[in-house]
Amino acid sequence: MAGQSGTRKHVFSKKIDAFFKGLADAWNFVKRFFQEVFVPPYEFKEVIHQCYRIGVESLPLISLTGFIVGIVFTNQSRPSLSEFGATSWLPSLIAIAIVRAMGPLVTALIAAGKVGSGIGAEIASMKVTEQIDAMEVSGTNPYKFLVVSRVLATTFMIPVLVMYTDFVALMGAFINVNANELVSISTFFAQVFSSVTFLDVFASIIKSLFFGFTIGMVGCYKGYTSSKGTEGVGKAANAAVVVSMFLIFIEELLSLQIINLFRIK
Amino acid sequence: MDNREKVVVIRDLYKAFGELEVLKGVDLDLYREENLVVLGRSGTGKSVLIKIMVGLLRQDSGSMEVFGKEISRLGVRELNEMRLKIGFSFQNSALYDSMTVRENMEFPLVRNIKNLTKKEISLRIEELLDAVGLPQTINQMPSELSGGQKKRIGVARTLVLNPEIMLYDEPTAGLDPITCVDINNLINEVRERYKTTSIVITHDLSCAKQTGDRMAVLLEGQFGALGTFEEVFPHAEDQRIKSFYDYNFINS
Repeated sequence: MAGQSGTRKHVFSKKIDAFFKGLADAWNFVKRFFQEVFVPPYEFKEVIHQCYRIGVESLPLISLTGFIVGIVFTNQSRPSLSEFGATSWLPSLIAIAIVRAMGPLVTALIAAGKVGSGIGAEIASMKVTEQIDAMEVSGTNPYKFLVVSRVLATTFMIPVLVMYTDFVALMGAFINVNANELVSISTFFAQVFSSVTFLDVFASIIKSLFFGFTIGMVGCYKGYTSSKGTEGVGKAANAAVVVSMFLIFIEELLSLQIINLFRIK
Repeated sequence: MDNREKVVVIRDLYKAFGELEVLKGVDLDLYREENLVVLGRSGTGKSVLIKIMVGLLRQDSGSMEVFGKEISRLGVRELNEMRLKIGFSFQNSALYDSMTVRENMEFPLVRNIKNLTKKEISLRIEELLDAVGLPQTINQMPSELSGGQKKRIGVARTLVLNPEIMLYDEPTAGLDPITCVDINNLINEVRERYKTTSIVITHDLSCAKQTGDRMAVLLEGQFGALGTFEEVFPHAEDQRIKSFYDYNFINS
């Protein structure tokens, strides 16, 4: 009777079995999110608190990075366009690149590093110090309080941060263009808005929602399933960043294929 | 003893982690308002036993009945209702790092007892902080508290929901001898004041002697001895129990 689980043999090998078990656990973790998110009680206060932490506290880093990306990308693009005497196309080129790809990607990668690792480390630390167990035995659903609130917050806030990054990067680009080509702000943004389509903005927001969901979910999963004490906290934070970034690139690739289908039509 | 109400009945309880068999057929009765101390060396499954009691772990086989209900058969809602009757004081206190002492104590209260006014919540928190002798810490963060203070606040937080059973997981671990005595006194005070039934998990025999009505010694996955301190320890024939006693009271 005792040790029923102890006598179980591996289906393939220990590592392959562990890999598939990990996939199944991750799938169940994601599935549980959709089972819990629509069922009361709702943790509105915690969602708003997390939105503040994720959104407002990321602003300085996002602002700096977005601004520099705008300036550098403009500077790097200028020589290629000037060879064809097409520097007047700079605002269009930059706007399309930033809105379609660079804004969402840069924001998501920065958020994966800052927010994803923070979530992973925080939840792993709570697990190691039995705070999650304490929540559970006091009649609170820790998954709902910790995971659902954080995943909702990242899902809502990353698109907002992406739009903010787009704006800041375009401002950086404008300063560069203005200094070199003497283009006014109204001319610059008129060209920006004429070249960016509704589909560009819509697709950017939709894929940012997925990026946000991925960052929150991976951070929470890695934290929630961490083990091996304090060593596990560092591993959870690290894994949250690496896995999030990997998934973000895959999502970017997939979204590109899907959006291109709409463009051809 | 047998005429008293049993609040916990454990029968033939087994639990293994992979190939490691921790509990191998544990039987135990816990009576209302008694303090039972579960002793054993590290890794013998003491904490596992009380974690099964609150549904944090699930047994492989056997039964764990609390207030007449089998824990492993309870649904989510029933289990949460049951958990409100059981206070769990964790080994590392498990205070929420990001919250003040007040917020730590408010957390279970506002989630489980609806329609409480802010004044009622404050009164309850202040009363319990007075009871554990730490009213001045109410606005402090856990990182600002000593190990003994954290344990006391942890106990106060579990008492906020008026539990009928208190589970103490290694309450004196990592504390100096004087603070250990304070914690032992607190455990006794809690029982007298709030009429709780308690299980104290420890390997500290001083703690066991000071707080326990009965001792239960876990040896290789089963209770090797069960009885009062005097019945179990001073004249133990089992070498493992004898060495446990000798180490605590003679070597130290």
